Amino acid sequence: MIVADRKNVREIRAMIQNHQRVLLVGCGTCVTVCLAGGEREVGILGSALRMALRLAGRDQVIVDQVTIERQCEDAFIDALAPRVGEYDAICSLACGAGVQALAERFPNTPVYPGVNTQFIGILESQGVWTEKCAACGNCRLGQFVGICPITRCAKRQFNGPCGGSRDGRCEVSPELDCAWQLIYDRAKALNKLDELEAVVPPLDWSTGLDGGPRKVVREDQCIAGLGPNA
Amino acid sequence: MEDEPLILAFCCHYCAYAAADLAGSMRLQYPSNVRVLRLPCTGKLEVNYLLTAFEHGIDGVLVAGCLEGGCHFLEGNLRARKRVERAKVFLEEIGLEPERLEMFNLSSAEGPRFAKIVGIMSQRLAKLGKSPLRPDCQTVHQNIQAMTDQADAALAGAKHDCCRS
Repeated sequence: MIVADRKNVREIRAMIQNHQRVLLVGCGTCVTVCLAGGEREVGILGSALRMALRLAGRDQVIVDQVTIERQCEDAFIDALAPRVGEYDAICSLACGAGVQALAERFPNTPVYPGVNTQFIGILESQGVWTEKCAACGNCRLGQFVGICPITRCAKRQFNGPCGGSRDGRCEVSPELDCAWQLIYDRAKALNKLDELEAVVPPLDWSTGLDGGPRKVVREDQCIAGLGPNA
Repeated sequence: MEDEPLILAFCCHYCAYAAADLAGSMRLQYPSNVRVLRLPCTGKLEVNYLLTAFEHGIDGVLVAGCLEGGCHFLEGNLRARKRVERAKVFLEEIGLEPERLEMFNLSSAEGPRFAKIVGIMSQRLAKLGKSPLRPDCQTVHQNIQAMTDQADAALAGAKHDCCRS
């Protein structure tokens, strides 16, 4: 899932300082699961923001809140559309994709981010999320026994470990596992150590973000006759 | 009474609520500006409960849970403490004194301690003064009226549904 983290109330207050009617929009998908922008968090931010504005002498500013099922899909934004005209700004607590989806859907309404989108990750333990995927567009997990050196090795080394691996930890931080130690241990357990003998060529980064925003098109799923631009 | 800071006490059913009851049975004196709200466990508490209380103009909030290690649901009180700490971070960011919110631990046998805790919070709030978010009397009455109307409407709807079925 996409993992996000909350923004400071002061930062959000500063972003909306020129607006009088603000709608906080939560998202019921990834950010609900990572406890950053779901219904409860929108309620908390709503309360906090209203109090902060009142204390700053801006009692007249209206801050309302709503949470929709998913912000990154236009069909789900339909439920929100009739209300947006009542507000002069939106603060979205979805990931960066959700914020931009709202911005595209409502060209005349400023949209501000209410959270900091962090990474694609997993729930490691209750309340702890860790990054697992860099979305490089050219998955090589099969070569590294299911452990991604791009995401989990500080040097992103394809042929590791480096000299900074100490007792299974990374030299960058003693709290970080050395990805290459993990790869080695898992390969050994799977009896696949010989596969690590081969020198792995560099990743083809043409599939990465450097070429601009990426697009996935499934012609067979596109509406007939309209193509990917429907 | 209107001039005194008002304290909302979120009390766990298994300890603080019983302790408050005991304090009453023991005829102990404690400040009257506290309003007790019973929770099945302080683990039921969420950050939004606390912030909503402050938003509605309460001057101080105390959360009273079981002694650490003595939670009926094992760790509800430990979770509550972390949520109280998180709510304090929000209060600080908002610009309201985090000291207006505090968590305490006690057992159901500690009636005198309940009275003492209320005293501690009451004294602290006397120093801090009333919350700058406290609404004026007219707004309070309007809010109460709005809530009453809402409840009446909900009840009328329930009765209507009942008749239909």
